[in-house]
Amino acid sequence: MTLAQKGRWTTLVGLVLLAAVYVRALAFTPIERTQGPAQKIYYIHVPAAIWTETAMILVGVASIFFLFLKDARLDSFAEASAEVGTAFATIVLTTGPIWGKPIWGTWWTWDARLTSTLFLFFLYIGYLLLRGAVADPGARARYAAVLGICGMVLVPFIHFSVYLFRTLHPMPIILKPSAPALPGSMLATWGVSFAVFTVLYVGFVMQRYALARARQEVPHA
Amino acid sequence: MLERLKLAWVVARKDLLLEFRTRTAILSAVVFTALVLTVFNFGRDPTAVPTIDLAPSILWVTFTFAAMLALNRAFALELENHALEGLLVSPLSRTSLYWGKLIANLLFVTIVEAVGLPLFVLFFDVPVWHVLLPLVGVIALATVGFVAVGTLFSAMVIRTRFAELMLPVLLLPFLIPPLVGAVQVTARLLSGRPASEVVGWLRLLGAYDIVFVTLSTLLFPHTVDE
Repeated sequence: MTLAQKGRWTTLVGLVLLAAVYVRALAFTPIERTQGPAQKIYYIHVPAAIWTETAMILVGVASIFFLFLKDARLDSFAEASAEVGTAFATIVLTTGPIWGKPIWGTWWTWDARLTSTLFLFFLYIGYLLLRGAVADPGARARYAAVLGICGMVLVPFIHFSVYLFRTLHPMPIILKPSAPALPGSMLATWGVSFAVFTVLYVGFVMQRYALARARQEVPHA
Repeated sequence: MLERLKLAWVVARKDLLLEFRTRTAILSAVVFTALVLTVFNFGRDPTAVPTIDLAPSILWVTFTFAAMLALNRAFALELENHALEGLLVSPLSRTSLYWGKLIANLLFVTIVEAVGLPLFVLFFDVPVWHVLLPLVGVIALATVGFVAVGTLFSAMVIRTRFAELMLPVLLLPFLIPPLVGAVQVTARLLSGRPASEVVGWLRLLGAYDIVFVTLSTLLFPHTVDE
């Protein structure tokens, strides 16, 4: 089995599991008291958000190693991770407003967390645009790596600058210093969903990585 | 270190000399700044929004756009007659080359800002005299950070398609932390708030400058070497 096929199977398993997560979330997880059914979107929104940020960090780490080792595989991985990160950022930016409308009464607000995710999305788009705009493969890999590293370093700065603003967004309830404040059954659903998103990330990246490698082997493609 | 700075100054001097012999870019940038400020004046309702509330945004959006215009120029200049190859084979370290470009860009942007600030005061009647020194300090702090990243990126984008469009697309997300910080500090300075309110923002601006000047210096060789 080629890597692309393995990736396709992994993604397929991930998608089936995602459907299962939603069966569990809708039928077997209690409805949150104040937010009602709208809270169910949380099980997609938060895992996607965590993987959006993690994908950017992985792009940056792969870029650092690329500049030292000059291994084309690292560049392909960064490309794949950035594309998957863009897709996940799109999920976050779509599910967020759908939840925001009934809960906050508005689709969009210039809140800290929303703004920083939006800029992360722009960063991904810029990264992919830069890759598309450089014709020479060697220069493309180096430029992308430079931007990838700068992007990774920028993320905490955007985070800090928006944290100094006041925020409307719910504070983290799982990734915080003290114990998670979610009831057990909800936390379990969330945990399963996070695992499923991890499978999806891996599956997507495997496919995109295989494609990027294939492109490198066929010159001028 | 001192040797590197000296060589950096040689590069910067060369750029600035070229600039002041032709004066096209600097004049365009200054006129652009004046025009953006004028556009802002017509883009607001003076009876509904007090100038003081809008002033920090006007100032910083103008400076950001003007700086972006200036940054494209830095390496585009070197593409003609393969001048960049000449610089790269000369006994000049990559660090000196980057710092030279950074110094030239900083001086260029400083001149634009030095013209922009009085115009801003004149057009919008904002009293800045009592906070002039801290304001200049904030402008300097924010400018160093984004010009450092911009100089690095301009070395990459000149060799891409649509360079003029690519630089703003890549650079704008990087302008957010310094821009947000500068706008917040400027707003508090203009409304006479105590200095303790802006300490967090100043730390952010300072950290951004240190991190991105260092990072850009380290990454710059990868944008020019094959």
